[in-house]
Amino acid sequence: MTYAAADFDIELRLLIEAIYLKYSYDFRNYSPASMKRRVAHALQQFDCQTVSQLQHRVIHDADCFPALLQYLTIPVSEMFRDPGYFSALREQVLPILHTYPTIKVWIAGCSTGEEVYSMAIMLKEEGLLDRAIIYATDINPHSLQKAEAGIYPLDSMALFERNYDKAGGTRSLSDYCTSAYGSVLFDKSLRRNVIFADHSLATDSVFSEVQLISCRNVLIYFNRELQNRAFELFHQSLVHRGFLGLGSKETVQFSEFAGEFESFAKTERVFRKV
Amino acid sequence: MRLQPRDTRHLPPTVLIGGSAGSVEALGLILPALPADLGAAVVIVVHLPSSSPSLLVDIFAPRMALPVAEVHDKVQLKAGRVYFAPPDYHVLVEPEGQLTLNDDPPVHFCRPAIDLLFESGADALGKRAVGVLLTGANQDGAAGMAALVAAGATTIVQDPADAQAPFMPASALRQTTVELILPAREIGPALAAHAYG
Repeated sequence: MTYAAADFDIELRLLIEAIYLKYSYDFRNYSPASMKRRVAHALQQFDCQTVSQLQHRVIHDADCFPALLQYLTIPVSEMFRDPGYFSALREQVLPILHTYPTIKVWIAGCSTGEEVYSMAIMLKEEGLLDRAIIYATDINPHSLQKAEAGIYPLDSMALFERNYDKAGGTRSLSDYCTSAYGSVLFDKSLRRNVIFADHSLATDSVFSEVQLISCRNVLIYFNRELQNRAFELFHQSLVHRGFLGLGSKETVQFSEFAGEFESFAKTERVFRKV
Repeated sequence: MRLQPRDTRHLPPTVLIGGSAGSVEALGLILPALPADLGAAVVIVVHLPSSSPSLLVDIFAPRMALPVAEVHDKVQLKAGRVYFAPPDYHVLVEPEGQLTLNDDPPVHFCRPAIDLLFESGADALGKRAVGVLLTGANQDGAAGMAALVAAGATTIVQDPADAQAPFMPASALRQTTVELILPAREIGPALAAHAYG
């Protein structure tokens, strides 16, 4: 079947509107190219010929949307991904956060939690975890559950350990977890001060004042308008001179908030509120 | 409100190039042949180890008449500019003519994947796209080339006999029928002479 590009576009817009109206998930300002690819992939998985068929199921079949959400928000994560980013936080940002009585960190778009545990381990090794609060937020409840469980496949540990060592870890990553049945379970003391919560950068607002926000490889899935909304939210949530860490190819430079942040660790994409 | 069929007239003609093993050498023959007044944007995906910082801009900038940069997220395509995909991110063409970075899982073990650039480019640019698939040792790019052919784009595949690794161009040629099959040294002049409308 040939599926005219213009028809796909129309139906995709209707699907996104239907999802918003029925479930309040707002994908309306996501990057169209990335959304199209994910929806095209979902069509195959749900055995639908057209986006309209998928829309029908999303509206009328209660089990369909949670399943579709897994395709629309593909969790891609690893512990200490881009080790240089974590070294920059450890060596340059944490010494400054040290001066605060309580350290508040927001991991926006925490996916299945790998970055949350990375952050908690780093805070622990720097002697800051006991007086830290980590807000770990995502729009995908299934990912949040996984994040809270802290269980990862054993075969990803080799990569996690390599990253941890490169990121300046002072111990051995295996000190923080136990392995059984092909999985590793991270120590629950790491998440004692972690608050996992459903939060959308597209529709929700400021919920706390924090000194560090880490939001990595989330904004690339947004269009410019939604990126600006997220930057505004980050700006409002950060204390004076607070820090914002982004993905290795993300920047505030081309946003409306370029003037509100300065580059702090340039190659590692850590910015600081002016 | 009425949605019109996709109109691509406001988008610059865009050359989409994908290559893998041996393609840095092939690009060394192609890119220096592009003139300063090329009437098209050029977007290039080369498979590279994800851990190494991209040296492609540094390698090619001094050898080209056109300005060269690594893709930054949501950059607007402009004729006469050359954009390289960064390591470890897919690059997609938006319907409004921007480039988007995306870290979805690898496709054919590749990130960036040529298929994603070609398929999104076919969708966004249609006839205004020119697809070029070079030497390589896996099948990435074949499905993307087929999408470009279906969208009415101009399509060029490096002659497998001329390719350092013939598997990739040969896979595309098995899957679809392209307009031109050329050795690398003739692709630059063909792109330079192409009438970008």
